[in-house]
Amino acid sequence: MTERTAQIASSHGLHARPASLFTQAVAKSGVKVNIAKGDGKAVNAASILGVISLGIESGDTVTISSDDANADAILDDLAAMLGRDLDAE
Amino acid sequence: MPSSSATTLLHGAGIGRGLAIGPVVRMPAPLPEPEATPSTLTPAAELDRASAALQATAADIRARGERAGGTAHDVLEAQAFMAEDPTLADDVEARVQGGLTAERAVFEAFASFRDLLVSMGGYMAERATDLNDVSQRVVANLRGVPAPGIPDPDFAFVLVASDLAPADTALLDLDKVLALVTSEGGPTSHTAILARDKAIVAVVGAAGALELTDGQTVIVDASTGSITASPSDDEVTRAEQTLAERKARPVAPTGAGRLADGTTVPLLANLGSADAAADAVAKGAEGVGLFRTEFLFLDSTSAPSVEAQQEQYTKLLAAFPGKKVVVRALDAGADKPLSFLNDSDEENPALGLRGLRALRANEQILRDQLTALANAAAVTEADLWVMAPMVSTVEETRYFTALGRELGLNTLGVMVEVPSAALLADRILADADFASIGTNDLTQYTLAADRLLGSVAAFQDPWHPAVLRLVGEVGRAGQTLGKPVGVCGEAAADPLLAVVLTGLGVTSLSMSPAALADVRAELALYTLEQAQEFAALALAANSAFEARAAVLEATTAPSERSV
Repeated sequence: MTERTAQIASSHGLHARPASLFTQAVAKSGVKVNIAKGDGKAVNAASILGVISLGIESGDTVTISSDDANADAILDDLAAMLGRDLDAE
Repeated sequence: MPSSSATTLLHGAGIGRGLAIGPVVRMPAPLPEPEATPSTLTPAAELDRASAALQATAADIRARGERAGGTAHDVLEAQAFMAEDPTLADDVEARVQGGLTAERAVFEAFASFRDLLVSMGGYMAERATDLNDVSQRVVANLRGVPAPGIPDPDFAFVLVASDLAPADTALLDLDKVLALVTSEGGPTSHTAILARDKAIVAVVGAAGALELTDGQTVIVDASTGSITASPSDDEVTRAEQTLAERKARPVAPTGAGRLADGTTVPLLANLGSADAAADAVAKGAEGVGLFRTEFLFLDSTSAPSVEAQQEQYTKLLAAFPGKKVVVRALDAGADKPLSFLNDSDEENPALGLRGLRALRANEQILRDQLTALANAAAVTEADLWVMAPMVSTVEETRYFTALGRELGLNTLGVMVEVPSAALLADRILADADFASIGTNDLTQYTLAADRLLGSVAAFQDPWHPAVLRLVGEVGRAGQTLGKPVGVCGEAAADPLLAVVLTGLGVTSLSMSPAALADVRAELALYTLEQAQEFAALALAANSAFEARAAVLEATTAPSERSV
């Protein structure tokens, strides 16, 4: 399993538009990715309802992971995305 | 069923003065909740049904979004993602494995996410209605019935519904809607507010409206609050003539609001953000009678800084040089709770720690806001007035005016929304520089009817003589003490009621900018003396309906005393 951690930069956390942008990026990657907040339970990162239900706020640390062998580059991109202020984009 | 040949007449509360003729299209009724009876199919078969319905619904929603374009496209695209959501699909699967039907599993899965979003509050809670809509569509697909929701025929129509929710109207193609008719809801319902905002002909709270049938021709006359179903040829011809005459008439008068005898009644705008200022000026607003500051706070988990607020207030005030701008201090609570102000669960939030009470309990927030306002006033040319929301006592009035003056503000007033404040208006206005009557809340508190509760919407009518008597108390106190009394509720946007209000001693009216033209035109028809006669008629009535009817009758048969 490949993992990355990221700190949420979006000023309102991973709700609304940032959550939508992030989950769509995951869905587009075609790779099964999970996301967890802190030590909490992991949910499907392509699910906007799942991601929203984690209640991720600005500054929270999250872990994204995948069992896919080719997930490295994708996880790098996604982690970088979480590190940007998506509200401002 | 009414036959299509018999003419019937319905009555409700008209919004504005418009007239429309067209065919009825009814809003489909919501689907009943799917029964929780165990499935007679295998879980695998139910799962196939559910998956197919979710996919088909997502595709349908996406196609509608592409047709709609604009903001609706984004809303619908987000809804399509909800229907395709993998977490939701997992949840549905688990429920189907437990023996539920696909319908029930979908219904429950959406409901559990909806409850989650509602519990998160704010923006997420607003998305909960989207989930409901998607859920209904998937269930409709499973049952093979038409999806409920906004009809979208390819002709112009009169939309008939019990009431409309914001989620419905967001997707409504307003270009095709000739008029809105609802059987429920009052003049402050979402439908009424939307109609006023977009200048759509509307009659709300028309009992019997749901018996109108699809395709039936109706004449909707908002000026009389009447709906003529299956009109005679004569009636249609007459209505068409009236429409043609109105079209030919030069657009509503512009300039300052005044009565026929020259009495000035400044017409001001209700605004919710500084961005809307230019539009208000274009529509002839003589200033701002109610600037709601909640938008600065709603999406925040903490109050914005003095600097951030000052920037917004400066932008607003700069749009109205030399003009009056009345800003209301943060009004949180009841229908719009803020996490950092209203933290405790209250059984009756409308009667709880809201308005000035909440600000007082968090005085630093109030101090910051008043400081930001004073700073913005210092660098702009507008005449800034600041008022406190939901004041109920003389002591609260004194608290607010003293604090405002301490922080450098000149003109400080109070909202009169609570009957106690109206009844003691003479003492409150002895201290405050002005009063502004919020008729929506004043009606809610006077008639003890929750503004947000559909089942008591019929009570929410500012024409009620009890409400008007309270308005009269404030008007009289204002005149005795030489203090201005404004109205900034929906009542001010009802042209005829606006005349009655001036007759009760109200000196300025504030409304959504779209309503300004109609109110200006109506005021110009009557003298102050006539307005006072109308006010006396309304006060003498037994009900809101009788009050409106008595004044309407008087307008069509001018009294002998008037010139």
